[in-house]
Amino acid sequence: MTDRQDMTTPGAKSDGMMSPDVAARRVAASIGGRRQRERRFKSYGLIAIGIALAFLVILFASIFSKGIPGFFQHYVTLEVTLDRAKLDPAGDLSLQSLYDGDARGAIRAALYEATGASGRSGRKAAGKIISQGAEQRLRKAVIDDPSILGTTQSMVFAVDDDVDSFLRGFISRDTPEADRRINDKMIGYIDQLVADNRIEYAFSDYLIFGSASRNAEMAGIFGAFVGSMLTLSVCLVLAFPLGVATAVYLEEFAPKNRLTEIIEININNLAAVPSVVFGILGLAIFIGIFGMPRSIPLIGGVVLALMTLPTIIISSRAAIRAVPPSIRDAALGVGASRMQTMLHHVVPLAMPGMLTGTIIGMAQALGETAPLLMIGMVAFIVDVPGSVTDPGTVLPVQIFMWADFAERMFVQKTSAAIIVLLAFLISMNAAAIFIRKKLERRW
Amino acid sequence: MNEVATPAGLESGALPMDTVGNVYVESPRITARNVDVYYGDKKAIDGVTLDIAEKQVISFIGPSGCGKSTFLRALNRMNDTIDICRMEGEIKLDGEDIYAPHIDVVPLRARVGMVFQKPNPFPKSIYDNVAYGPRIHGLATNRAELDDIVTQSLERAGLWDEVKDRLTQPGTGLSGGQQQRLCIARTIAVSPEVILMDEPCSALDPIATAKIEELIHELSNQFTIVIVTHSMQQAARVSNRTAYFHLGKLVEVGETGEIFSNPSHEMTRNYITGRFG
Ligand SMILES: Nc1ncnc2c1ncn2[C@@H]1O[C@H](COP(=O)(O)OP(=O)(O)OP(=O)(O)O)[C@@H](O)[C@H]1O
Ligand SMILES: [Mg+2]
Repeated sequence: MTDRQDMTTPGAKSDGMMSPDVAARRVAASIGGRRQRERRFKSYGLIAIGIALAFLVILFASIFSKGIPGFFQHYVTLEVTLDRAKLDPAGDLSLQSLYDGDARGAIRAALYEATGASGRSGRKAAGKIISQGAEQRLRKAVIDDPSILGTTQSMVFAVDDDVDSFLRGFISRDTPEADRRINDKMIGYIDQLVADNRIEYAFSDYLIFGSASRNAEMAGIFGAFVGSMLTLSVCLVLAFPLGVATAVYLEEFAPKNRLTEIIEININNLAAVPSVVFGILGLAIFIGIFGMPRSIPLIGGVVLALMTLPTIIISSRAAIRAVPPSIRDAALGVGASRMQTMLHHVVPLAMPGMLTGTIIGMAQALGETAPLLMIGMVAFIVDVPGSVTDPGTVLPVQIFMWADFAERMFVQKTSAAIIVLLAFLISMNAAAIFIRKKLERRW
Repeated sequence: MNEVATPAGLESGALPMDTVGNVYVESPRITARNVDVYYGDKKAIDGVTLDIAEKQVISFIGPSGCGKSTFLRALNRMNDTIDICRMEGEIKLDGEDIYAPHIDVVPLRARVGMVFQKPNPFPKSIYDNVAYGPRIHGLATNRAELDDIVTQSLERAGLWDEVKDRLTQPGTGLSGGQQQRLCIARTIAVSPEVILMDEPCSALDPIATAKIEELIHELSNQFTIVIVTHSMQQAARVSNRTAYFHLGKLVEVGETGEIFSNPSHEMTRNYITGRFG
């Protein structure tokens, strides 16, 4: 009441209450300021969003402008004479026999013919035009369809990455010959191939289906993609049930005592631990103590599960807490046990929130590099992992490695791989939204 | 709050005998003896002794915060879900101490069902709402039996005609009054002996309220009903006996007609005539 009396003005009534017209005048006076503050606040918000959007646009523009060309590369078409005796000396089409055969020679011959290269230096220059992966292509073509042996086939091979860069205009003819990786002879041959319409710019199947390679034109993300899938599966299988169970226990069953309090604080703190620490943990425990092999998705998944657990637990607990208590009362009121109340009502209602948390955690895990470097998933592995115990790498680590290579083509492939990673992330989020919507519609 | 001065008429000690009127009945279903309920250090119910008669409606009235809900929830151990809540004294259902160590709250709550202040149907279909209790308690051996239970419960709750064509639709899509009747159907589906209702009509309009009151009246043929209400008229309309609580104590209990026409205790009279509360 004293407050009111302090505010008393000539217009106020004697009982301390303000008269309506005085109040109305003061409200009117304050409205201008209030509106202005609101406007200012709103404009701050708009500026913040604008800046964020601008950065996003710059980021996407740069990634896409660099990355889209990374999805394409140059190929050359050659007429290869597939001599049975030369390509398959043992005649049994076994891998051994094919590798003993002279695929390289067959391709070279076709190349010399197409370019008209002759002489030692001319042939050497012509040989450098084509990718080293060409022989593998040829062997694969023979395995896929042995009937082509003994015929002459028109075949498409990737060009070497330096030639690719030249064709894209990254290597200029005007640079002195000694300073460029393509000599004048090669340029002559390339010009001829272009004039003969043998060169085409096409979608890069190596990028999608190729594995790690030191040759930029052959390098692809398939191995890393499979590695990511395997690692994430391990991570999901471990982290989701464990996280949800922990959240349910802590929210509904744990006694409120010192111990659970300490556990809770630790879980919250774990969410803020730098991810590389989990990598060191994995290195020390799984590889150091248990002596498990390095570089395998199994350990990568376990490490990432440790890293994502706090995220899943925290968001699951929030989701459980968000279930209205009246639902619990209702279930308990008809005689459901605590367990039944949880399993039949609370957990299903909290599931969309739990899934969101899980997918956010998985997205984090998908983009994680540091802890995986610690456990050796950065190794150069050509083979695509077939199981969680085969050595492998993951997408972000692959990107990280490529970003380190000097070749021009790796720069583009790095951006292309980033686009694939982003697409992967976006589809994961889309899946999350879809699952949420579907679950929510049920009620 | 308990330290606040003992109100007029309650000066003498806190013995249960302080309650005016007859707390005992001839064939009690529930007997509460010297019940104290604490929230932490705070005493919310102080020495309440009361019998609840079979197949009767008893209403609890009293000012807000006097402990009506607390006492009601002590009757089916819903207070167990509150960590800091502690109970002393003795409550027996059909002569059996419901707080005895060997008692399982699950069957107890099936025998003593509860309807809450705010309608709280499960976010499931109407059918599943009613079928949930029978399912978890294994009351039906096959689908046809379950269908029967659901139909009968909805009929008894006076909701059947309104929902018989939309049993698969969500219970949360019903109106408030329908939801509350659905909750009642859900409660009676497990064939309880006692139904506890905590202000079941406070979120409803007068017409929905009238329907629930009518329903309570009908259900009292079969069930023992305890209802907490803030509406004097409602207590007068639906209950056989009325108990007046104040600051955790049971001040007066008696036949509803008696209490409303001729309360013995001054505080009861003040409350009923609207002089405080
Ligand atoms: N969960 C709780 N924790 C602590 N104190 C509580 C809790 N629930 C109730 N109380 C206290 O116990 C006392 C009795 O509460 P109760 O809910 O039983 O009153 P009530 O008579 O039902 O009131 P109302 O008519 O407003 O529903 C109140 O003082 C209240 O503050
Ligand atoms: Mg209450």
